[in-house]
Amino acid sequence: MSTIEKAPAKGKTEKKPAVQSISGSVAVLEAFLAEGVSTIFGYPGGAIMPIYDALYDYQEKLRHILVRHEQGGIHAAQGYARSSGEVGVVFATSGPGATNLVTGLADAMIDSTPLVCVTGQVFAHLLGTDAFQETDVINITTPVTKWNYQVTDATEIPAVMAKAFYIARSGRPGPVLIDITKNAQLQKFDYEGYTKCDHVRSYRPAPIVRKEYITEAAKLINEAERPFVIFGQGVILGKAEKEFKAFIEKAGIPAAWTIMGLSALPSDHPLNVGMLGMHGNYGPNVLTNECDVLIAIGMRFDDRVTGRLDKYAKQAKVIHLDIDPAEVDKNVKTAVPVWGDCKETLPLLTALVEQKVYPSWLQKFKDMMKQEEEACIIPELNPTTEQMTMGEVIKVLNELTGGDAVIVTDVGQHQMVACRYAKFTQSKSNITSGGLGTMGYALPAAIGAKVGAPNRQVVAIIGDGGFQMTIQELGTIMQSEIDVKILILNNQFLGMVRQWQQLFHDKRYSFVDIASPDFVQVAKGYNIPGKSISKREELKKALTEMLNTKGAYLLEVMVGKENNVFPMVPQGCSVAEIRLK
Amino acid sequence: MKQEFTVTVYTENQIGLLNRIAIMFSRRKINIESLNTSPSEIEGIHRFTIVINELEEVVKKLVRQIEKQVEVLKAYYNTNDEIVWQELALYKVPTDVIAEKVKVERLLREYGARAVVIRKDYTVFETTGQREEINKLITVLEPYGLIEFVRSARVAIIKASKGFHDKLKEFEKKEPSEEVIENEYLGQGDQVFTM
Repeated sequence: MSTIEKAPAKGKTEKKPAVQSISGSVAVLEAFLAEGVSTIFGYPGGAIMPIYDALYDYQEKLRHILVRHEQGGIHAAQGYARSSGEVGVVFATSGPGATNLVTGLADAMIDSTPLVCVTGQVFAHLLGTDAFQETDVINITTPVTKWNYQVTDATEIPAVMAKAFYIARSGRPGPVLIDITKNAQLQKFDYEGYTKCDHVRSYRPAPIVRKEYITEAAKLINEAERPFVIFGQGVILGKAEKEFKAFIEKAGIPAAWTIMGLSALPSDHPLNVGMLGMHGNYGPNVLTNECDVLIAIGMRFDDRVTGRLDKYAKQAKVIHLDIDPAEVDKNVKTAVPVWGDCKETLPLLTALVEQKVYPSWLQKFKDMMKQEEEACIIPELNPTTEQMTMGEVIKVLNELTGGDAVIVTDVGQHQMVACRYAKFTQSKSNITSGGLGTMGYALPAAIGAKVGAPNRQVVAIIGDGGFQMTIQELGTIMQSEIDVKILILNNQFLGMVRQWQQLFHDKRYSFVDIASPDFVQVAKGYNIPGKSISKREELKKALTEMLNTKGAYLLEVMVGKENNVFPMVPQGCSVAEIRLK
Repeated sequence: MKQEFTVTVYTENQIGLLNRIAIMFSRRKINIESLNTSPSEIEGIHRFTIVINELEEVVKKLVRQIEKQVEVLKAYYNTNDEIVWQELALYKVPTDVIAEKVKVERLLREYGARAVVIRKDYTVFETTGQREEINKLITVLEPYGLIEFVRSARVAIIKASKGFHDKLKEFEKKEPSEEVIENEYLGQGDQVFTM
């Protein structure tokens, strides 16, 4: 194998003598070290072999976790990023390796997760020739990356990697993909060290904070009679949990969360009034249409949160705090936009708001919670049915973990139930695919979450459908000895779709009846101990055993086949029309 | 109501950026009526001029999302009365018709066309103007054996704009535009053996 010897890139000044000559591959790994990367999730292949060859000598400094599928790799990196607050890093080869990343990229893009993905690419002279494992990964990934770039010349690598990390983690975070042709990985060049990037001319990570809007927002809040705070992941991404708490506590405003914002405020906080959206709590949904000032913090008014837009909070003056100016007025018309990082804007706002309490307004939330408890929560958490409910499993789990665990969920009914009932004492503890709704997310994301937060208990709660989408990552758990607890809530259906078919399609159960293998046996094949239970009496003991087992453990809990998640805002309805049954 | 908007985007000169911008429109199923890329008043900064028919509500959000792209410095949108714009068109007609039919000559004068090339077999005329003017000349020339016609994308100047120099100062001057590194190896496939 030979490569083209190449002259320094045109326009570059002559190099000073006596600098180290390294390969492009080594430059990638040096960049990782300089950026504080400790773990890479990846899968090797032809076009990324030079980087893997270089990695052989870096095994002591960089931990590489070999996944079983590139999708598993990128979801693991997402879980890592979400539990640690750092950038997740992924390696994949060209062609199928790169295309297998697409789901994870789309997921990270919509959920603002910082990632740097490095893909191998065929030799530069082969680009466009339909070479073996060639695919146009840059154009495929353009809509699902915050930034992407193809490197054909190793001299570019240090600066491009620096830019990649800077873009991924700054402002509203997102995934970045760097595609490196094989010749650039092999090419030796004079390495002049690594300089971190702190500036890209055409890129504003955060808009300039406009004081006049903060004054205006504070005025609105101070004059409000029924103010309501709704918050999202922006609080967590901005590492502004403390600032957020200080704000609502001083202003005395009840606060509800989107599922991406969950865990930013402890579950037992007196101003935490619950969950927004389609399967959120009764009070927060109904009272969205009764508040007079709606303060949205680091959230983007997703349709699953707003329900029918033309009937959403029309009576309220909306204050929107967001780092991304494109989010303001995107879905909901804003009275006062507070652009900027909420870590910066919240303290400015807190300083201007008056210390207040709204006892009768807060009581309204409590009253509605009572109604919801009777109609939905008690039957879910203390069921009289023979079969277990998902909610009671979560309730017992809460009792055993004390709300200290990282809860990773997949997508579907169990996700909504877990988000509704899981308790949290600290931030960055709820990891789920919120925007894209990627089934198969939880198992690999839990692997990454554990690596990102090694001292915490990580529980992946997964449905029987989603588990089978990325079940191969049990191999990763086995090989890398990842201590994750896998809790399968098995209702023997694709439950959420079944619920919709029951409610909106005359119970025509079209292809939702899914058969599963013996999950305990499958886990056993991977050397992971496990158990399956279907009786309520066994629940506490089984969960205790799961949590106390050293290393990975799989617990399957058989739950009611046709249980539904309520409350529910049916599609096309306003949040005020939320149904309790 | 949908109306014609001209979107002006100031960008870095990067490979792949055209696609990144184009998919912002196609994602929403918006047809691009005309697209022009050119240098701007500032060296190293490119200017896209894109014409679409849309609701102002949609264009407003779209422009913000375009501006959010890493390599985009600034994006504006304007209605037709806020800009000065031109398109250029070339018409190829048989020379004998021009020579023989006085009427054609008069038409060309009327529409301000200029001859760019005159050959024995054909003549190429050029006009600049707004779309309606350019289109009128096609209709008129068609009966006289118009051989070929092409029209450029719209180029537009924003009436109220003071240029981009001041804005660029906000974007800091400390970094020059990045140099585009193109693939130098494409023609060299024969010289290497690869796996």
